[in-house]
Amino acid sequence: MLETETHEQIEQHKIITKWHQLITSVVISSAVECSSVDLSRKRELVRRNTDKIAIVRRILFEHIGGKNVMLDCGMHMGFNDERRFPDFSFITPEGPVTSFIDCVIISHFHLDHCGALPYLTEMVGYTGPIYMTHPTKAIAPILLEDMRKIAVEKKGEGNFFTSQMIKDCMKKVIAVTLHQSLMVDSQLEIKAYYAGHVLGAAMFKVTVGSQSIVYTGDYNMTPDRHLGAAWVDKCRPDVLITESTYATTIRDSKRCRERDFLKKVTECIDRGGKVLIPVFALGRAQELCILLDTHWERMNLKTPVYFAVGLTEKANNYYKMFITWTNQNIKKTFVQRNMFDFKHIKPFDKSYIDNPGSMVVLAPPGMLHAGLSLQIFKKWAPNENNMVIMPGFCVIGTVGHKILNGAKQVEFENRQVVDVKMSVEYMSFSAHADAKGIMQLIQYCEPKSVLLVHGEAVKMEFLRDKIKQEFNLECYMPANGETCNIPTPHKLSIDVSLGLLKAENVKYNNQPPNPKRSRVIHGVLVVKDSSMCIMDVDEACKEAGINRHIIRFTSTVKLEDPAPSYKTAEKLLKIFQEKLPGWNVTFADGAISVETVLIKVEGSEDELKSVYISWTNQDEELGTNVLEILQSIGQVS
Amino acid sequence: MKLYCLSSHPNKPCYILRFKEITIMLDCGLSAQTALNFIPLPLVPSSRLANLPSWLPRESVETQLEGELKECCGRVFVDSAPEFCPPLANMVDYSEIDVILISNYSSMLALPFITEGTGFKGVVYATEPTLQIGKLFLEELVEYLEQTPNKNQAKYWKEILHLLPPPLSDSFKPRSWRQLYTLGDVKNSLARIKVVGYDEKLDVYGALKVTAVSSGYCLGSSNWVIASDYEKVAYVSGSSTLTTHPRPMDQSVLKNSNVLILTGLTQTPTANPDTMLGELCMAVAMTLRANGSVLIPCYPSGVVYDLFECLSSHLDSLNLSTIPMFFISPVADMSLGYSNILAEWLSSNKQNKVYLPEEPFPHGYLVKTGRLKHYKRIYSDGFSTDFRQPCVVFCGHPSLRFGDAVHFIEQWGSNPLHTVIFTEPDFPHMDALAPFQPLAMKAVHCPIDTSLNFTQANKLIRELKPSTLVVPQAYTQPPPAHVHRSELVIDQESRYVISITRGEVVSLAVRRHSAKVNLDPVLADHILASEVRPGTSLATITAALHVKDNQHNIKELPEDPYVPKKRRLSKGDDTLKSLRYEWGALDVDVFVRKLKQEGINDVKIEPNGSGYIIHLEGADTVIQVEDRSTHIYSEASEVSLRLKLRSILMQCLNSF
Repeated sequence: MLETETHEQIEQHKIITKWHQLITSVVISSAVECSSVDLSRKRELVRRNTDKIAIVRRILFEHIGGKNVMLDCGMHMGFNDERRFPDFSFITPEGPVTSFIDCVIISHFHLDHCGALPYLTEMVGYTGPIYMTHPTKAIAPILLEDMRKIAVEKKGEGNFFTSQMIKDCMKKVIAVTLHQSLMVDSQLEIKAYYAGHVLGAAMFKVTVGSQSIVYTGDYNMTPDRHLGAAWVDKCRPDVLITESTYATTIRDSKRCRERDFLKKVTECIDRGGKVLIPVFALGRAQELCILLDTHWERMNLKTPVYFAVGLTEKANNYYKMFITWTNQNIKKTFVQRNMFDFKHIKPFDKSYIDNPGSMVVLAPPGMLHAGLSLQIFKKWAPNENNMVIMPGFCVIGTVGHKILNGAKQVEFENRQVVDVKMSVEYMSFSAHADAKGIMQLIQYCEPKSVLLVHGEAVKMEFLRDKIKQEFNLECYMPANGETCNIPTPHKLSIDVSLGLLKAENVKYNNQPPNPKRSRVIHGVLVVKDSSMCIMDVDEACKEAGINRHIIRFTSTVKLEDPAPSYKTAEKLLKIFQEKLPGWNVTFADGAISVETVLIKVEGSEDELKSVYISWTNQDEELGTNVLEILQSIGQVS
Repeated sequence: MKLYCLSSHPNKPCYILRFKEITIMLDCGLSAQTALNFIPLPLVPSSRLANLPSWLPRESVETQLEGELKECCGRVFVDSAPEFCPPLANMVDYSEIDVILISNYSSMLALPFITEGTGFKGVVYATEPTLQIGKLFLEELVEYLEQTPNKNQAKYWKEILHLLPPPLSDSFKPRSWRQLYTLGDVKNSLARIKVVGYDEKLDVYGALKVTAVSSGYCLGSSNWVIASDYEKVAYVSGSSTLTTHPRPMDQSVLKNSNVLILTGLTQTPTANPDTMLGELCMAVAMTLRANGSVLIPCYPSGVVYDLFECLSSHLDSLNLSTIPMFFISPVADMSLGYSNILAEWLSSNKQNKVYLPEEPFPHGYLVKTGRLKHYKRIYSDGFSTDFRQPCVVFCGHPSLRFGDAVHFIEQWGSNPLHTVIFTEPDFPHMDALAPFQPLAMKAVHCPIDTSLNFTQANKLIRELKPSTLVVPQAYTQPPPAHVHRSELVIDQESRYVISITRGEVVSLAVRRHSAKVNLDPVLADHILASEVRPGTSLATITAALHVKDNQHNIKELPEDPYVPKKRRLSKGDDTLKSLRYEWGALDVDVFVRKLKQEGINDVKIEPNGSGYIIHLEGADTVIQVEDRSTHIYSEASEVSLRLKLRSILMQCLNSF
């Protein structure tokens, strides 16, 4: 299996690889729009409240409540040509992107999440706001520069952004802190949550009006040696967009994995082999360093452990500076002992590659697609004593992916063919949530629907079914370039006059408690300009500038009762109280009232009594009912 | 809305706000000024302090008072473990407090008094730096008092306050003073704090939204916005518009609030912080050149970071770089460590350094190069070997009643070459020095208080435009030390200002008109509105109201299958569901024409006042028509006629 990919493979990979950087879209008639139109038309507007999520290659694009939000802006590590950058013309076939995108959110510093950002701002010409956390803002430019160097200076690629472009791009970035509610404009709000995946990784909640989505980026639900676990509050978003890299893996406990890893490393060095661990300079590398350092210390091992210099020291400095983003343990003890000052790990020099004897080397990049790790790999691969441990996910097209799939030979650009005789191990160390973690996150935030991105289709399908089954939630997994329509119930937030609410509250509190009875609010909804408010009928008339027209009925019933009229009234009162239980029947000023229906008895003693019943049109049913009762009495007597 | 004031010190505030049935405590500052009345607690037993003469009032025969009071240079001090004045306890039951909001680490020292052993069940909100640095303040205070315990528990002096000389006689309610809490209390109390970020919207029982915004005063310092759907209360405590190390103040969200509670203005309104910093640098340089040493009593965090930075560069410029700086505090290492990892809470200048990555404060570098040495105590390992003079010593406590500073004053007090420089504004420096008199060492007063001064505060108020302004009473008149400086007050013209003082409760009238409810889409779908005039539509609604977590939701009324049709009448809901209201005037001509169409011909109309009376000759029925009403009088037996009239009438009228 050699380097060239068939057309089919590329197509397939569009569907199953990194989708973090995809774009979604949602079309919603906002509450404001609804209120400004005639309410009878609102029926169809409400029905149109669906989230449309369009997935474009390698960009996740969000259109929510009339707003367009770009979630991550990554590049593809498997391509060396223009396909590495997202095709922005997909979202705006013509015209500038700035007017179309309200903001760009970057979840963390991995290049498949931020690699195309300078391309977007400096070459495509996006000038709108960009948000990321402080550590991401600090570390991303270093990785971008590193990648640029490899691409331009080593591979001699053209049409790439320059160092200055990276700097200019980062100047435009607005740093956000965790849990801060940031208003992008008057309607669009974003909020970051801790994601744990790498230093500064965040999940983002995007809210427009009553609609919201949570975008996880990459996240990790189990605290590791240097980072904490992802957390999100019960924010009940309409859509949870989650990565599903490890959709079916339920990874065994962290401790087991660590033991496995150390066992494999020790076995290899015991037989005099060399261990290569390709890693991202930042992130997993620090965790593995802590792991190896403590193991070496405890076992008193002497085999040299190297970490490729360059980024390392700087990287560790970032970890020291942003120690608030690491886990509780490290935070607590950092004043006494900084976990990132390693005792047994020494800087690596290229001349060590050919050194005899065993050693352990951690070298970037993590997918063996370029740079030092690939260089070491080429040297060490033909020796069966050696070992390469891939501690994370590898994109199709990279050497890492090929050897993980059992490739025994790898061919490179210059026709150089390398036999892979070293043992190849895969350790799922990359800090993605596994199936259990994804389910846990769903439990945390209680979304109304779930959208899976990033992962392999078959595994995603399995997870989708599981989510549907366990949470009874709609779960989507759109293919690349596919648009997903997600209907979301649209809550309208309207005003109620306090007088009306308070009156209801008083009435409710005066009644004996009955959990079965629902509380009832009765009033008039006034829709005026762009405001909606429920108020008392008289307030409403005043607000609308109209006069009520009250229709009143007064009917007379003749009763024969030889007693003073007040006695008759008292008798009637008793009858009504018996016949209309649950109604408010009172007697005052010689008149009986059944709620708002008035009954008055007239006539002197030993005469026929005239009983007047008076009610307004709104009490028609009760009025007739009272009248019928009175008439039945009249017939009886 | 009601506001209770529990503290007498505007810079150590403690208020309680009751709003929408939620009880919120705003800050819980502890004034340590009461400690000034007590004898200092030296690290090393001091014969001078031990031999101070006892003081007894002339008139008193109280023998129990023996040994409680000591005199030094005309001032009387209590020889006892220092006591502190906690917030007024009897105004509000602490178990009723739902939430405590803390503005900054200097206004939370009373927290253990509030939360421990009081039945307190609420939540405490503070930013991460406020928690971390506040922890250092609390722990330092407790450790100072525990390392030099005073066994005496004087209390009889409180009974004869009127016989004592000032300032002791002016003590405010000394019987309510309390000894400090323990480390255990501190730990439990801090465990109740929930960390919040700036601009994080916190939900308080669904009724209120509470948000911390940057106040620019110190690391993690915040002002608070407490909002319901339509009302907003802004609590501004300890803010600064100067550029020092913290993140700048965020004013935009505080604008146009219904109520603005403003406290924590500068305690030294006549001193400019920049000038004072300059004077401090000069005084330090002069002393060092004369071979003297400098003591700067300080808190473990805050302005002290700026002092390290400014002083080291000033000394560099004077070729005094070899002079060591000592920072002594039980929490010195933590303070220096934490300040350099809180980048997100710093000014953009300092923040940008992290991107390089460099430490935001230079004190990390100063420690590495040995310019700044830090120790937990003066008796910590290595201090005595490293210590050399001349030097600059930063250590607590600024009250000079406890902490290692007491030792340095005792040691250096008799030497005129040395200088003590007061920068913390919390304690009047002459009062702080009183028990050490007579003193030969120089005392320099350079208070550095970056909080808002009156000019800045008045400008801020003008920009924020609150409907009602609440300020401590002290801000409505010039400070006692500057009675003639009439500009040192909060402007009260053209604004509704309420002043408040300890023990007072004020009602804050906030007119509330409406609240937000959520309208269920299914219900919204069924609403048909009638346009009564262009742009205005009305629809009568009868719906089920669901109230949960103080959130109101309106949904369709449930159909209740268990109630038979006839019985349902008695519930009323069903009738209400289809209810409509008529509006506008009745056109009598149209009405009569319709009557005739329906076969009611025998109609006689006569004008009556402003309306008409319509007689239906055949039946004993009269219709009285007015502009805003129509009244139909009929015999009970004529049901069908009445219903016919009703339906005709309703055809002639508009309704919604």
